Amino acid sequence: MSALPDGPAVAPSDRVVVVEELTRRFGTFTAVDHVTFDVGRGEVFGFLGPNGAGKTTTIKMLTGLLQPTSGRGTVAGFDLRRDTEAIKRNIGYMSQLFSLYGDLTVEENIRFFAGLNGVPRARRDARRDWVLEMAGLTDARTRLTRELSLGWKQRLALGTAVLHEPPILFLDEPTSGVDPISRRAFWDLIYQLASQGTTVFVSTHYMEEAEYCNRLALMNRGRIVALDRPAVLRASMPSPLFELETGDGPRSVEALAGTPGVIEAGLYGRLVHVLVCDAAAARAELPALLAAKGIALVRMDAVEPSLEDVFVALVHASGGAVEG
Amino acid sequence: MIDRPAMVALDGLTRRFGDILAVDALTLSVGRGELFGLVGPDGAGKTTTLRMLAGVLRPSGGDARLNGVSVARDPEGVKHSIAYMSQRFGLYTDLTVAENIEFYADLYRVPRAAREARLDRLYRFSALGPFRDRLAGQLSGGMKQKLALSCCLVHEPAILLLDEPTFGVDPISRRDLWLIVHEMVAHGTTVVVSTAYLDEAERFDRLVLLHKGRSLAIDTAAALQAAMSAAILSVPVDRVREARLVAERVPGVHRAAVFGDRLHVTVEIGDEAAARVADALRAAGHVVGDVRRIVPTLEDVFIHRIAGAA
Repeated sequence: MSALPDGPAVAPSDRVVVVEELTRRFGTFTAVDHVTFDVGRGEVFGFLGPNGAGKTTTIKMLTGLLQPTSGRGTVAGFDLRRDTEAIKRNIGYMSQLFSLYGDLTVEENIRFFAGLNGVPRARRDARRDWVLEMAGLTDARTRLTRELSLGWKQRLALGTAVLHEPPILFLDEPTSGVDPISRRAFWDLIYQLASQGTTVFVSTHYMEEAEYCNRLALMNRGRIVALDRPAVLRASMPSPLFELETGDGPRSVEALAGTPGVIEAGLYGRLVHVLVCDAAAARAELPALLAAKGIALVRMDAVEPSLEDVFVALVHASGGAVEG
Repeated sequence: MIDRPAMVALDGLTRRFGDILAVDALTLSVGRGELFGLVGPDGAGKTTTLRMLAGVLRPSGGDARLNGVSVARDPEGVKHSIAYMSQRFGLYTDLTVAENIEFYADLYRVPRAAREARLDRLYRFSALGPFRDRLAGQLSGGMKQKLALSCCLVHEPAILLLDEPTFGVDPISRRDLWLIVHEMVAHGTTVVVSTAYLDEAERFDRLVLLHKGRSLAIDTAAALQAAMSAAILSVPVDRVREARLVAERVPGVHRAAVFGDRLHVTVEIGDEAAARVADALRAAGHVVGDVRRIVPTLEDVFIHRIAGAA
C-alpha cells in the first residue's frame, strides 16, 4: 500500500503521553508491569485488553488518580507522580456512563461543566457556542437533556469534556449502544478534534471502535503485548488462521482445542476459527481429528484474520487472559 | 429454516408507552434450533420485544407464540418453555458460583437424577469449574455473565431469550459465552438474542434489523450483505479527513466515511466510480493506494437501509 495514513508527528516535543517502565503493584500482585509507550499530539490512540489486563490501572495513573509504584511518565508535560492535580485540570474525560444532568437543558449542562472545568469567564460564551456548533445542538440548546437521543447526548458529553480545551481527551467505550449513523457522526467529531491537535486516548472492548484508531496498544497480564496501526496488526498475525464449517461447532472446538499444532480454537458464529502453528500440517491433520470424533467437515479455508482474531491470538501468545 | 417448526412466532406484536410506539407490528418466526438476532441501536425496541416474549410485559397489540403458547393469553404458561436473561440478571453476590447454580436448579425443580450430567456440561463449556467456590460478587464482568447464562440453562429450556449478553464483556470472555450458547443450539435450543454490535450480529443464523420499533429487514447477514443496492469501495489514502470531503463531491458517490486510515465510499453498483474517486483524490494532491470493492459490513447495510427509509 503506497498511501501514508494520517500519522502523528513523532517529534519528542510533540509527545503528549510519555510513559517509561511504569509499574503498579497491589500487595504481591503486579497490575501494571514495566510498561513503556508514548502517544503523539493529535493521535487517536486505542487501548485494548481483556478484563484484568491492567488497562484501568494504567488509565488511573495517566489521569492522576493513582500513584505508580515505580517507573515514570508525563501527561501533557505534567509528571505522573508530582503533578496529579495539574493533570486532572488539563485532561478531558468521558465514560460510557457520562454524567450529564437530565433535568437541565443543553445550555445549562454546558454552563455547569464550564464552571466545573475552570473555563475562564471571559471564554465561556465562546466555548459554549463552539460546543453547540460542534455537536450540532445549536437548535436544541434549550431542550431538556433527558429528551435527547443517546447519539446527541454522547456528542454533548464529548463537548462538555473538552470545554476547557484539554490537550488530551480520555474516552471509555464512547459509542457503546448507539446506532451506526450516530457512531460515525461521533467519530467525525473525534477526528476533527484530533486534526486540531487534541490527543485522543480511547479504551474499549469493541473492535468496531478499535478500527477507528490511528494506533492500538494491546495490554495483557500487565504488559503491552502489541502496539501498531490496525492494518499492520492484522498483517502481522503470528500464525496461520483457518475457518472451518463443520457439522457441530461446539464439539469441533472441543475436539481441536489443546491438540498439538493448534494454538487456539474458537467459535465464529456457527463456524470455527482455528489458529495453528503450521498451515500445511493443519491441512493434513485437522480433517482427521474431526473425523475421529465423527464430526463432518464441510470446508476448511485459510482466512484473513479480523482484528478480533489478532486480539485473541496475541492474548493467547502472552499467557492467556487472567481468569476470574 | 422454513422446514423447521416455528418455536417463536410473532404476529403483529406491538407495544406502546403513552404516545411512543416502542415496538411497531413486528411479525417474524424463529425455527427450532435457530440462533436469531434482534439487532439495532438503543431505543430500537429490542428489550421491549424480549420482555414481551418472556411474558413479563403485556403487548398493546398483536401476539407471540412461544412453543405454541400465546404470550397475550397465557403469559405464565410461556415461562415453562423459556429462560430469560435480562441485562440485570439476579445473581446472589454473597453465594458462591456453585451455590448460585444450585439455587436456580432448585428454583426450576431440576430433578436430582438429571443434575450431575447437566452441571458437568455447563462447567465444561463455561470454564467456570475452577471457580466453583468463589463468591459471585468477586467474579469479573465476563465471568458473571457466564455464570448468569449457566443459571439460565440449568433447566435446559427449549427457548433462550438473551438481552445484550455481551454488553461490556471483553472479546475473550465473549467467545466463551458464545460457545455455551452454541452448545445449547447444537442440542436443539432456540435462541433469540439482542445486540447493538453489528460485527457480532454477522454471526447469527438470521436477524432482524430494528430501527425505532420497526423491522427494516429480516434475513441472514450474508443475504442482507449480498442484497445491498450499493457497492462499498475501500480507499487507502493519506490525510483521510480532507480526502473524505473530496470523495463526497465526486458524482455518483452516496457517502464517504473515515475508517481509520481508509475511506469507505458508497457508490452505485456497476458504476465506474472507483476510477473517478481515485482520479479526484489524486487531482487534489492525495496519495491513493489500491482501491478495492469490499463486501459491505452489516453496519454499511444498516446505514444504507436507514438512509433509504428516511
